[in-house]
Parts: sequence; structure tokens; C-alpha cells
Amino acid sequence: MADDQGSDMHVDNHVLNALREVMEDEFALLLDTFLSDSDERLRLLRQAQAQGDAQAMRMAAHSFKGSCSNMGAVLLAGLCKQLEDLARREQLDDVAALLGHIEREFAIVRILFKSERQRYR
Amino acid sequence: MSTARLTILIAEDSAADRMLLSTIVSRQGHRVLAASNGLEALALFQQERPQLVLMDAMMPVMDGFEAARRIKECAGEALVPIIFLTSLTEGEALVRCLEAGGDDFLAKPYNRIILEAKIKAMDRLRRLQSTVLQQRDLIAKHNEHLLTEQRVAKAVFDKVAHSGCLSAANIRYMQSPYALFNGDLLLAAFKPSGGMHVFLGDFTGHGLPAAIGAMPLAEVFYGMTAKGYSMAEILPEMNSKLKRILPVGVFCCATMLNLSFQRRVVEVWCGGLPDGYLYRAASGERVALVSRHLPLGVRDAASFDSHCEVYPLVLGDRLLLLSDGLLETCNEQGQAFAEERLLAVFAANRQADRLFAEIQQSLSDFSAEAQDDVSMVEVVLVDEAALNRPPLDYSAHGLISPNDWSASFEFRAQTLRHFNPLPFLLQLLLEVQALRSQAGALYSVLAELYSNALEHGVLGLDSALKRDAAGFARYYSERSQRLAVLEQGYVRFHLQLQPEPAGGRLLLRVEDSGGGFDPQALLGQTLAPGRLSGRGLELVRRLAERCSYSADGRGICVEFCWSSQAAGDDRFGG
Repeated sequence: MADDQGSDMHVDNHVLNALREVMEDEFALLLDTFLSDSDERLRLLRQAQAQGDAQAMRMAAHSFKGSCSNMGAVLLAGLCKQLEDLARREQLDDVAALLGHIEREFAIVRILFKSERQRYR
Repeated sequence: MSTARLTILIAEDSAADRMLLSTIVSRQGHRVLAASNGLEALALFQQERPQLVLMDAMMPVMDGFEAARRIKECAGEALVPIIFLTSLTEGEALVRCLEAGGDDFLAKPYNRIILEAKIKAMDRLRRLQSTVLQQRDLIAKHNEHLLTEQRVAKAVFDKVAHSGCLSAANIRYMQSPYALFNGDLLLAAFKPSGGMHVFLGDFTGHGLPAAIGAMPLAEVFYGMTAKGYSMAEILPEMNSKLKRILPVGVFCCATMLNLSFQRRVVEVWCGGLPDGYLYRAASGERVALVSRHLPLGVRDAASFDSHCEVYPLVLGDRLLLLSDGLLETCNEQGQAFAEERLLAVFAANRQADRLFAEIQQSLSDFSAEAQDDVSMVEVVLVDEAALNRPPLDYSAHGLISPNDWSASFEFRAQTLRHFNPLPFLLQLLLEVQALRSQAGALYSVLAELYSNALEHGVLGLDSALKRDAAGFARYYSERSQRLAVLEQGYVRFHLQLQPEPAGGRLLLRVEDSGGGFDPQALLGQTLAPGRLSGRGLELVRRLAERCSYSADGRGICVEFCWSSQAAGDDRFGG
């Protein structure tokens, strides 16, 4: 569970280093898998918003949160948690802004991961 | 100790997380199975039977909780640890994991050091459970073996015990079928002279060690009773045998009875059991048969005391023997049945015949549980005719038998003190094939003549003493004392077998060194009802073909005969 650090970083390099150590040759594959997974998750979130389905939104946000924390995307994980809490309270009217914020943050994370990936092709 | 290579099932719907976890786990040396939802996880589990499961709580199709429940069910008795992967923090959600069968959690982000430690810990538990199940199965198998051994031992014992007469009409008893393994032993056998020996024993200990002493004891009991030996001879033999074969600290508390229907007396020897009771039907008087000796197997041969107490009986009088299992029976509150309750049943009893059933009723009222440890026997003095006594069984060895011979024996003071010549003489006479069918009558007559010669002739006792219960006790006490210090005297047996044209004849003469009696006077006496003596000679006259007295009154002559073609008329009165 990502906890709030002094400066909410986009990507925690300690986590990335640990991942690199574990995955070795498969590190690039892991990053790719995360990125395509996350695309799918965002799609589900948008769909849930459109359908007003709080339950589906909550589950997708929860799942996304877990993935992000594993990958060291601290800020993004925190945003997902906020979305999860809103969805649990069924306050879907307020999600639009938050969802936008999530997409923008993900875009940043994507760039950072892609550059990581370049180094370890 | 490093964990062995396990097969670990990972169920996680997020592809990246699944990949990460799989890599972490396989880098720790384990074989990984990966599933992306609960249903896949279940299927993989059934197919591969992994030792451990890492389960994401939230999954599509079938979530982690349901999958965990089903996997636990599928695993049965074996422990398959399930570690839930979750970022759930709410207490309630974590409780749900445990209730679904989860054994532990791993939080996201995954910490591989913590994961490794948890896998090790869970595997220890798994192996512990496996050991427990193996041990349980081993214990169950051993237990089954023990039970089988006991069954076999019981079957062997039942063959040894088959010659008993516990089913006689004057005996009632209560005993669990597995009493043998509580150390309880109940034996009864007819004597060749028609009386009955009854034995109740309680070996120390339980199980096979308690049962194993019963077999040699039963063999001695049945073998010697059938040959006509008395309690005074059987008890020391039993004692010596047990002393020799049983380990120190193992012995047999016992009570033995010799019930004589003809003479209407009972001899009692008690060693270590709780009080038995002689219950007089007419008066309701109760005489406690108190243990006066140590149990069998304790004393050595030299110090063993086979002295018995003798009581006169009338028809309907009964003896009740019980093992301590009865008094120690406990109810639900843990109270023991104890002597007070038993005595209360006695006090309340109005009809002697119902006493046994009343005791049983009182016992089952007291404790509803099955009475596995209770042995109790009631023996009643009845009319001999009422007993359906099976014919004596003497194995016919050889058709050639001695039919034309004579023999004389003189047993003098020192021998008379310790030796009972009757079994020996009977065995000799039974070598004559034709006499075997009259064995009962033969023995009864021999016993009467010998007792008459010894007690009245040699010891000089007056049977008039035996007119009441107190006199009875005095008579037998006198008998023991005089016999113990006997210095002079003899009893002679003259046996003559002669063939006759149509069969043969046994002439038997018994003489003693005593003062003699007036045969005419004795012959003239009629039997007064209620007199406790005099019955003996009446019996002899009835059983033998002919009976006469020598002129000086110191000897009696009896004759038995048989005809060749008859299988032997049923002369033995039993």
C-alpha cells in the first residue's frame, strides 16, 4: 500500500531497482505488461463512469491501485485510492475531475517507464 | 533448513502483478502455476495439487474467497495453506479472508523477503499437519491389531473354558463378554461325585496381561475337578502355577466354592475379593463370606493356606459372589455404587429368588452406562434331580482293560494328614472300561466311605455334632485340628475285580484303625428329617449293588457289577 511520502513522486526508483533485480531479462516485459494492463483499466473506469456503475468503478480502481503500488507509481496509486473511496461512497458525481487527473498522471508514468525501458532493451 | 521445492499456485487477475509474483516465487526455487481467475485456479488445483496457494482476493468470474473455500474443500484432511494477496485494509475485509479459509495475507506492494518467510512458515505448518495425519493412521492401525489379537485370545480361551457348567439351572451370572480383558474369570464345573465347584477370579491389570493368567488357571480348575480332586488340592496347585508364571505384582483375587448337593454343605475359600454372601432363603439371614486369605499367586507353596470355611445349607439357600467392579461402578456424578447400596438391596428383598434380578436392577438404575466391569454369580442349593447334568465324559482309550485283578492300599497317619487318595483310586478303577459309565456312583461311594473311615474311624469325630450350624463349624474345626496332629491310624482299601459269566464285579472294602461301631444299630437307624449326618451311608446303600458291614464295625464292603452287553446302566446318581 503506497503511503504518502513527503514529495509524492511519480515513480519510486528504489522499487524500480528492486523490480529490475528480480525480473532480470524480463524487466522490459513487465513494464510493457503493466502499461497495456493499465490501458485496459482506464477504459473500464471510463465505461463505469458512463454507466454510473459505482461497484465496477470501485473494483477497477482498487485493482489499478494495487498494480501501481507494485510498480512504484506512488502518486498514481494514491489517486486510485481516492477514486476507490469515492466509488465506495457512491459519489459518482465527483469523479469526473479525479478521472481526468488519473489519466494525466498515467501519461507521465508511461513516459517515465518507456524511458526506463529504453535503457534495458 | 531450506524449504524443499514446492509447487505453488498463483491466482491473480492483474497480468503485471501475476508476472511479478511468478518471477519472485520461481526465483526462490519453486515451481509456479499461474491462474488469472478463481475458476482457473480451482481447475489448476484439482489437476496439479500444489502444496501452497497465493490468492488474489478480488478476481472476476470467481473471486478469491469462493475459490479458497472450494480449494479447502477439495484438499480434505490435508492442509493446503492459502495466502491472500490483498490491498484490503479494512478489518472486516481481512476477517472475510480468514473466514474463507485463508491462512495468512500478503500486502501489495509485494515484499519478496516477507513472502519468502511466509512461504517457509506455511510449509512448516503443512508438513506438521501431514505428520499428524500419518501418526493418526498408524495409531488406528495398531489399535486394530490389538483388537484382533484380543479377539483371537478370547477365542482360544473360550475353547479352554467350554467344559464348564455356568449354564446349569442353579446358577445365575452376570458378566461382560469381554470380562476376560478386565481380568475377570468365572468358572463352574460339576464334580464326578455330583457336587459343583465354582470359581470367581479377578486378575490385576487389564488387557492381554490380565487375560493370560486365566488360561492356565482354567485348565487346572477343569482338569482337577473332573478327576475328583478337592478344593484343598486344587487351590494350592492354582496358587503355585500363578506364582510361578505371573510376574511380580500380578496376582488373582479369588473366591472358590465347593457345593455338595448330597451333603448339603458348601466349602468356601476367599482370597482378596470383596465379601461374598450366603443368603438363607427361609430366615433372610445373611452371612458375609469374608476374605481370609491372600490372593492366588502371592504366597509360595509352603506358606499357602487352603483352609476353607464350611457352612450347612438347606434347599433354596444361595451364595452370591461379586468382583469389585460392582462396588466400584460409578454414576454420572462420580459416586461409587458401594457396599451400602448393595446391603440396602438385601434388606429390601422379600423373595430370595428375585435377589439377583433386584441387584441387577439397582445397578442399572444407578448408572445407565453399560456395566463392562461387573462380574457377579449366584449359586443356589437345589434338588439334584432338578439339574440337567450331562453324562460324565471319559475318553475311551483302548478296548483292552484289566478285568481280573486285586489291589490293597494302606494309607497311614502321615499320609492321611496331607494326601487325598480318592482321585488316584478313581483313576485306577476307571482303567476298567465297564466301570466308566458308573464313575459318578463309584466316586460318590468311595468319597463317602473314605470320609466315614477317616472322620469317624481314625479321627474319632462324632457326627451328632453336625446337628446345627454352630455345631457344624465346630465339627470341621475339630476335624482340621485332629488331622493336623494325627500320629497313629490308617485307612485301608481293598479292591477286587473279578469277571463273571455275563459281565464282571467290583468288590470294594474299606477299613479303618478306629474303634468301630455297632453295625446293627446303625443299620436300624432311620433318617430323621433335618439331621445333617447319616445321609452318607444311606447314599452308599442306594448307589451300590450290595452293601455290608464287617462284624467288628471297622469295615464296610460294597459291590458294583455290570453286564457285558449293556453299555452300562445309568447307575450313577451324580
